[in-house]
Amino acid sequence: MPAPTRPLHLAAAIDAPDQYQAAYYVELARLAERGSLDFVTLDDSLAPPAPGTGRLDALTVLSRVAPRTQRVGLVPTVTTTHTEPFHVSAGLATLDWVSRGRAGWTVRVSATEAEAGHVGRRPVAPPVALWREADEVADAVARLWDSWEDDAEIRDVATGRFVDRDKLHYVDFVGEHFSVRGPSIVPRPPQGRPVIAVDATDEAVHAFAARHADVIYIRTEDLDTARIVRRTIRQLAAGAGRDPDRLTVLASIQVQLIDPADAVRLAERIADWFRDGAADGFHIRPTAPLRDLGRLVDATVPLLQQRCLFRRFYPGDTLRDHLGLRRPSNRYARPQEASR
Amino acid sequence: MTSGVHRARKRMHLAAHFPGVNNTTVWQDPRSGSQIDFSSFQHLAETAERGTFDFFFLAEGLRLREHKGRIHDLDVVGRPEAISVLAALAAVTERLGLAATVNATFNEPYELARRLASLDHLSEGRAAWNVVTSSDAFTGENFRRGGYLDRADRYTRAAEFLATARELWDSWPLDEEPRPFVHHGRHFDIHGEFTVPRSPQGHPVVIQAGDSAEGREFAASAADVIFTLHGTLEAGRAFYADVKGRLARYGRRPEDLKIMPGVTFVLGDTDAEAAERAVEIRRQQVSGQTAIVFLEQVWGRDLSGYDPDGPFPDVDPEPEGQVTMGRVRHGDRLATAAKWREISEQKQLSIRETVIEVTGRQSFIGTPETVAGALDEFVQTDACDGFILVPHLTPGGLDEFVDRVVPLLRERGSFRTEYEGSTLREHLGLRQPAESEDGTGLDNH
Repeated sequence: MPAPTRPLHLAAAIDAPDQYQAAYYVELARLAERGSLDFVTLDDSLAPPAPGTGRLDALTVLSRVAPRTQRVGLVPTVTTTHTEPFHVSAGLATLDWVSRGRAGWTVRVSATEAEAGHVGRRPVAPPVALWREADEVADAVARLWDSWEDDAEIRDVATGRFVDRDKLHYVDFVGEHFSVRGPSIVPRPPQGRPVIAVDATDEAVHAFAARHADVIYIRTEDLDTARIVRRTIRQLAAGAGRDPDRLTVLASIQVQLIDPADAVRLAERIADWFRDGAADGFHIRPTAPLRDLGRLVDATVPLLQQRCLFRRFYPGDTLRDHLGLRRPSNRYARPQEASR
Repeated sequence: MTSGVHRARKRMHLAAHFPGVNNTTVWQDPRSGSQIDFSSFQHLAETAERGTFDFFFLAEGLRLREHKGRIHDLDVVGRPEAISVLAALAAVTERLGLAATVNATFNEPYELARRLASLDHLSEGRAAWNVVTSSDAFTGENFRRGGYLDRADRYTRAAEFLATARELWDSWPLDEEPRPFVHHGRHFDIHGEFTVPRSPQGHPVVIQAGDSAEGREFAASAADVIFTLHGTLEAGRAFYADVKGRLARYGRRPEDLKIMPGVTFVLGDTDAEAAERAVEIRRQQVSGQTAIVFLEQVWGRDLSGYDPDGPFPDVDPEPEGQVTMGRVRHGDRLATAAKWREISEQKQLSIRETVIEVTGRQSFIGTPETVAGALDEFVQTDACDGFILVPHLTPGGLDEFVDRVVPLLRERGSFRTEYEGSTLREHLGLRQPAESEDGTGLDNH
C-alpha cells in the first residue's frame, strides 16, 4: 500500500499526578521533541484533578518549558467559564512570544460545583450553555489576538510615533455573557493566532469544535466511533464555511507501553487507523509518562518513520508549520495588507 | 544616622524594572530593542542576575492609554502577560527573584493564587507578586466584572484578596494532605480545595506599590516590600520612619518590610559628562509632542495649536476636562498649571523646556563612584533599604550599571558579592511565613 500523502500528526499528554518540579515537565517535553512530535499537551482546570491531589497551572508550566525546547508545540488547557477572556488572550499570546510561535490552546469549560465554589461568582451551569459561552470567549480571544496588526509598531523617529494607531483595533466584542473593548495589551503573537484545540468527544462540543478548533481530540478506543465523529465534525466545519482539510482530528488514547512489543503494537494501530481515515493522527496519553513516552519516541516513532508515515525532523519552526496551517490573515487589516 | 554610634553596614537590595510603557523608556535611540521579544527579557534578567540583584520586576497595564480619545502613540506600547514571561525567565536564570505586577481588582483569588504558587514552584522559590488595584471603569471595559470600585474599596478588596490568597497557600501544608478552605468575606465568598501544595517560599513575596496613607498601612500590615517614589534624602528618611513605625502594630519587625524606591540613573566617565548625557536623555524622553501631551493632561484641553518651542499657553486649565485615560491623574490642576507657568516665566523656558524641568530629572547622575556613593548614602542613612532601578533603554539599559556600579557597591561592603541563598525571601532577608492554622499569617484578620 503506498504511503498516504497527508501527513500523520502525533501529540502527547505530559500530565503527571503530583509533579511540581519544572525539570520533570522539561524532560517530558524534550523527549517528545526528540521524537519530532507535533506538540505536547498539559491539562488543567480550576479544581484538583482528584480529591487530595494537585497540579500546577498549565499555562505557567509550559511557559517555563518553552525556553528549554526548540520546536515542539506547547498546548496548555485554559478554561473559559470562570476566567477573564482578556487575560486568557494575553496569557496565550505571551506563551506564543516566549516559545517563538509554538503555542496552542486546549479550550475547556468548568462544569463542576467544585470549580464554581472555588471562584464564587456564578452557579454551575449545564455543558451546552458553557460551550455556548466558550464560543464567545474563543471569538473574543481571537479578535484580541488580531487587535494589533502585524505592522502596527512603526518606531517612526521622524514623526515621533511608536505605533501606527490606525493599526490597533478596538474589538468591541459584546456577547451574551461579557463584553471586551480591547485592543489587547500584547502585540499580535508570532503565529498570528495560537492554535486552538478542543476535546470534542462529547456531542455538546461538536459545534464549538467545528467553528473554532484547528485540532480536535476524540477520546475513544473504537475505530468506528473515531471515524464517525471525525466525519460529523468535518461536515459541521464545512457547514460553518471552513475547509475541513484544515482540521486535524486526533484520536486520543491512553497507552501503557510496558515492553517493546507494546510499542510495536501501538505503531500498527496508529498506521491502521490513519490509513483507514478514522483519524489524522493521535494524541497519546501515557499511563507512566517517562516510561511510555520514552518507548513511544524510541520504538513506536522509528517504526512509523520507517514506513514513511511520520516526519523524521521538523520542517518548520512554529506549531502551525507542524500542523500544515497557514499563518492567519488579520481580520482587521485592509485587504491589500492581509494578502502581503 | 547618629555619628559615633557603631552600626553594622547595611546591605542594600537591588531590583531591575523592565523599561515601561511611558516616556521614560527611550525608543528613538538606535540601541533600543524589542519591548516584546523574549530575548529582550532574557538579556535584562541575565544582566540583573549577573549583578546578583534581588529581583526582576514587571509592571502591568490592562488597557492601552488614550489621549484625546485615541490610543496614545508617542511611547512604547505593548507588553506580555507578566506571570507567563516570568515563568519562561525562570528557565534561563537560577537565583534572580521574579516579580509580577497583577491587579487585584480584575482577578479572582483562586486562579491568581494558583498561578503565583505555580511560579514559585517552577522557579524553586523566586516568585513575587506586586499587588496593585485599579478603580477605573475605563480599564473595566476589558473585563467581565467591568465597572468601578470606590477608591475606599480598592484597598479593602486588595487586603481581602491578599488574605484570601494566603489562606489558599496555607490550606495545603508542607508534607501533608490539602485541607478544605472556606472564606466568607465582603468581596470573596469561596470554598473548596486548593490545587497547589505549599510552594518553596511558603508564600510568594508580596510587594505593595503606592505611597498614600492607605497604601502605607496596607504595606505595613501585609507586604514584604514597598515600591515607593524616590525623593530627597530627608523625604526618604521621613517615609522610612513612618512606614517602619507602623509595623509594630501588626506584630512585625522593621526588617520584615523592605522599602525600595523606583529610581533612574545616568552614568558617565566624569560627573559633567553624566550630566550632559542626562540632559540629552531628558530631551529624548520629552519630545515636543510629548511636552504638549503632558500639558494637555494638566490643562484638560486641546493645546495642539501651541508651539512646544514657544512660550507657555496663556489659557487656563479646564478643571473638569479629561483628555487622558489610563494614566494617573494630576491632583489640583489649576495649582499645577500655575506652578509650571511660574517656572516657565521665571527661567524663560519654552513649553518643552518647562516640561523637561518639571517632570523630573534622573534620580542619580554621575560617575560610577558618585552614583555608588549616593545610593549607599540613601541606604546607610535609612532613607530606604534598596532600589528598584528603571533603565531607560531595552534591553541594554542595565549593562553599564552592573558592569561599573555594582562592583563599587560590593567593594564598599554595601551589596552582596554572590547570592547567599536560593529563594527571593532569602535574598531579601525575609522570614519564611509561619504555617498558621487560620491561614491569615501576618494579617490582622
